[in-house]
Amino acid sequence: MNPFAEKKSVKAVEDASLALYPGRATALVGESGSGKTTVARMLARIYDPTTGVIRFRGQEVKYKGARVASSLRAYRRHIQMVFQDPFSSLNPVHNVRYHLSRPLRVHGHARSEKEVTEQVLALLRRVSLSPAEQFIEKFPHQLSGGQRQRVAIARALAARPEVVLADEPVSMLDVSIRLDILNLLTRLKDEEQLAFLFITHDIASARYFAEDTLVMYAGQMVEGGPSDDVIQSPRHPYTQLLLSVAPDPDRVQQVINHGNTSVPTRGEIPSLIKPPSGCRFHPRCPHAMPICSQEKPARTEITPGHWTHCFLYDQPGEKPAKQAKIIDAKSVQRAK
Amino acid sequence: MQVSSETLQPQNFPTTFLRGGRNIFKWLTSNRKMAIGSGILAFFVLVAIFGPLLTHVSPDATSNDIFLPPSLSHWLGTTKSGEDVFSQLVYGARVSLLVGFLSALGSIILQVAMGLTAGYFGGWIDNILSFIINVFLVLPGIPLGLVIASFAPLKGSVVITLLLIFTSWSYGSRVLRAQTLSMRNREFVEAARSSGETTVRIIFAEILPNEIALVASSFIGTFVYTIAADVVFEFLGLGDVTKTNWGVMLYWAQAGQALLAGGWWWFIPPGLCVALVCAGLTLLNSGIDEVANPRLRTEPKTEKLARKKQAEIEKAPQTQEEVVA
Amino acid sequence: MSTQNKNNLLLDVRNMSVDYYAANGAVHAVRDVNLSLKRGEIVGLAGESGSGKSTLAYAIARLLRPPAAITAGQVLYYPSIQEGERRTAFTAALEQANSKITDPVNSPTQSSGVDILKLTPPQLRAFRWNELSIVFQSAMNALNPVMDIGTQIIDVLRAHQPERSVQSCKERARELLKLVGIAPDRLRSYPHELSGGMRQRVIIAIALALKPELIIMDEPTTALDVVVQREILDLISSLCKETGTALIFITHDLSLLLELVDRVAVMYAGKLVEVADRNNFYAHARHPYSYGLMNSFPTLHGPRRKMVGIAGSPPDLRNIPAGCPFHDRCPMAFEACHQVIPALRTPFADAPEQIAACHLYDPKITRTTQMPGPADLGRGYEIQAERSVAR
Repeated sequence: MNPFAEKKSVKAVEDASLALYPGRATALVGESGSGKTTVARMLARIYDPTTGVIRFRGQEVKYKGARVASSLRAYRRHIQMVFQDPFSSLNPVHNVRYHLSRPLRVHGHARSEKEVTEQVLALLRRVSLSPAEQFIEKFPHQLSGGQRQRVAIARALAARPEVVLADEPVSMLDVSIRLDILNLLTRLKDEEQLAFLFITHDIASARYFAEDTLVMYAGQMVEGGPSDDVIQSPRHPYTQLLLSVAPDPDRVQQVINHGNTSVPTRGEIPSLIKPPSGCRFHPRCPHAMPICSQEKPARTEITPGHWTHCFLYDQPGEKPAKQAKIIDAKSVQRAK
Repeated sequence: MQVSSETLQPQNFPTTFLRGGRNIFKWLTSNRKMAIGSGILAFFVLVAIFGPLLTHVSPDATSNDIFLPPSLSHWLGTTKSGEDVFSQLVYGARVSLLVGFLSALGSIILQVAMGLTAGYFGGWIDNILSFIINVFLVLPGIPLGLVIASFAPLKGSVVITLLLIFTSWSYGSRVLRAQTLSMRNREFVEAARSSGETTVRIIFAEILPNEIALVASSFIGTFVYTIAADVVFEFLGLGDVTKTNWGVMLYWAQAGQALLAGGWWWFIPPGLCVALVCAGLTLLNSGIDEVANPRLRTEPKTEKLARKKQAEIEKAPQTQEEVVA
Repeated sequence: MSTQNKNNLLLDVRNMSVDYYAANGAVHAVRDVNLSLKRGEIVGLAGESGSGKSTLAYAIARLLRPPAAITAGQVLYYPSIQEGERRTAFTAALEQANSKITDPVNSPTQSSGVDILKLTPPQLRAFRWNELSIVFQSAMNALNPVMDIGTQIIDVLRAHQPERSVQSCKERARELLKLVGIAPDRLRSYPHELSGGMRQRVIIAIALALKPELIIMDEPTTALDVVVQREILDLISSLCKETGTALIFITHDLSLLLELVDRVAVMYAGKLVEVADRNNFYAHARHPYSYGLMNSFPTLHGPRRKMVGIAGSPPDLRNIPAGCPFHDRCPMAFEACHQVIPALRTPFADAPEQIAACHLYDPKITRTTQMPGPADLGRGYEIQAERSVAR
């Protein structure tokens, strides 16, 4: 390390706004380095945003000033994370019972040993690990990837959260197991009215699981709205690029009929230490105009709920009414 | 696909270690180095505890049998003041092992506390603690110990124990700090943090058990150092030379010019004991290393089997087709 | 086999089995696999982790290390028959060995194949890179960080063609970089100056350096982002078509695989369960496992519908249950599946190139001439899913 070097900050996320609703899932789609994980960690309050507001049930969540610790604990019990890699998110030295009983005890949901066991068994059944009695004493290395991820989900549920932040919960799993886990999450979302933030690079699973989809590029949100609107009629050139390269069984038919016809892509995600000016996508954008490198495009409403940040669509639109928001992060930024 | 035996899997190691009981014995004998090392160690521990039952002579009792070679009445001969060497050796084991063990224990507690705190918190706490660790790291242990011990107002085992702790903790601390640093951002630690666990609990219930192999090997390494360094200090007369232990025996042998007088039975047994204990500990340590880190393992049976099988296929008689080739 | 076919055949894996020896029993990672590959053909090897697909590929390349061992089988390789100027280092090495044992009348450019498993170490050295090269999953991290990429490419060239001049090696390195879409002036760049996708391109360039007949790629794109992944796939596909190199492409991502390959081989629990050409496989995956895999991918188009994955997890390869290895996850399993191991067979009049190891398509076992179609398999999975929820 050079002590004389100027400290450079990385604007990992800039001006991101999103809202989560009970019983609904919002997918955050983007490549690695797009800042999607940072958004989740800010919401989980593992990192603090540099500017901006996070509201939970309409109340602002403090991250500066007095009584932060207690408000943090109160907040965290409602927000739980599911991590990407079930092989590292479970502690290899502890068994399933320990993993699930800790949040129960920490948040005071169970006091006696008997209560703990009962609730742990109930949690295991909720994530379809049956017979639960067999799984309770197992150690992580005795479980398959899918089973581990179920345990990780059960651990998140143990705190009785209202919001679950799932960071690529299926990308490390085998293909045949992914749907199982997605279906489990869907069931939990519908039955228990959980609000989900689903982070993924796979736009097809975003459409499968989430009602709303947000697309991020280089730390900025570029497009968002109901999943079907965003994916069936993508507006932002980046969303269009993502869709054109996504593996898709339906494309195979095209390839069979017409040969390989994918659009040539160019460039890669820029460095966030010195991001491009204006719209960060402009160096790769096939439709780039002079204005794109000078100004940041504002949010444009295309249809109710479907918006994008792109000068191609920069025309005034009407603002629709919103549902009750459970979590509402407004213009949070993060520099690290 | 990495397949290895269940009980020897690295991720199994801490759990096996912690679950204890019958497993420990099975586990200790699963590796030859570890079995030999723990056997040697167990032997000396038993000698230290029960050895005095074998001799009725007090180690300090002088007699008229002066400087005699080994015989039936004195199994390892006598010293120039007529003390029984065997009796001294057996009683001396108690003090030497106890001082070594207690200093290693104190040292490892300090190592864990400093290493994990520095590694987990990072930032300025890490800066300060790392600075302290680095300062101790560059202090030359034994010479410093000699200087301090020679100035200490009190002499004896307590001073030496403190000295040994003082000079032995820094290296292990540094290793544990590095390990904790890499462990701190593992997802299970983050998961524990976001489920509201307290910091103390994260450090001691989530991180520490994962470093138990490292702690164990660091403890044994320190133990080797403390036993050897204790002998050095005692030999140089920095301890209480009236209390018998292996170092003190060597001190008196040197003072009595045993080497010049050909009294090998006076200095070889304590020297050999120190060497054996240290060798046993070192074997145990590299055994643990092999078990915890399968890459270091010397070719086990399974690999030999695979090689044999492979050779059979490669050398199999050629079929008609290939003879043509 | 006709002479025509024989000329086209590049690689023939016969009855290959691989075990991993462990203290508590041998793991049968690959069991009795037969697979052949034509010149210039792209074959996709699909299956979930632990299905033995990587092990099979490594066995073909003779890269397995103890405790893994090939317990049975042959890998017959048919060197190029071209005489004269394209006498490769490999055929030269074979000739040298043969001149010692057998009469020199039999030239190594025979049509009966060489068993790779019986190559001597010098022959094996000549075989690798010259005839076969392999690209690993995280190969892009295998580049030496302190050497520029030009030196690394030239090193490979010089190691295998010592007679070649430095100047011509440099020329070839430039050519290779151009081939994989990197500006030749990047020859002096160090790996850390290149992005992940670029490094993967360099690795592909090195794999192509000696114009091998066959390249094995083990999940070459999983560590990359979707956009870059697409670029690399397009590159691989066009390069193989251009140079006529045969490719074994290993991945767990079927939807990706199908866009690239000519033929698909699906592995499950160490066995091949289905081999088919791409179009037939896409239209009609016969084995219930292949069908399940095909339908594990949410689509981007059409109505959103609930899909069901494959329940359960693969068997323990130490004690594989009797019968079909897939029977306890299979929605269509019946009694025979629990007892008899199904063999790979060609029962499909409409698709002679398609073979599947499933009793459903064996009229002797099902005692009907009716074969289940995709709709039946789909319904089977749905019923299975409903049942598991009810439980």
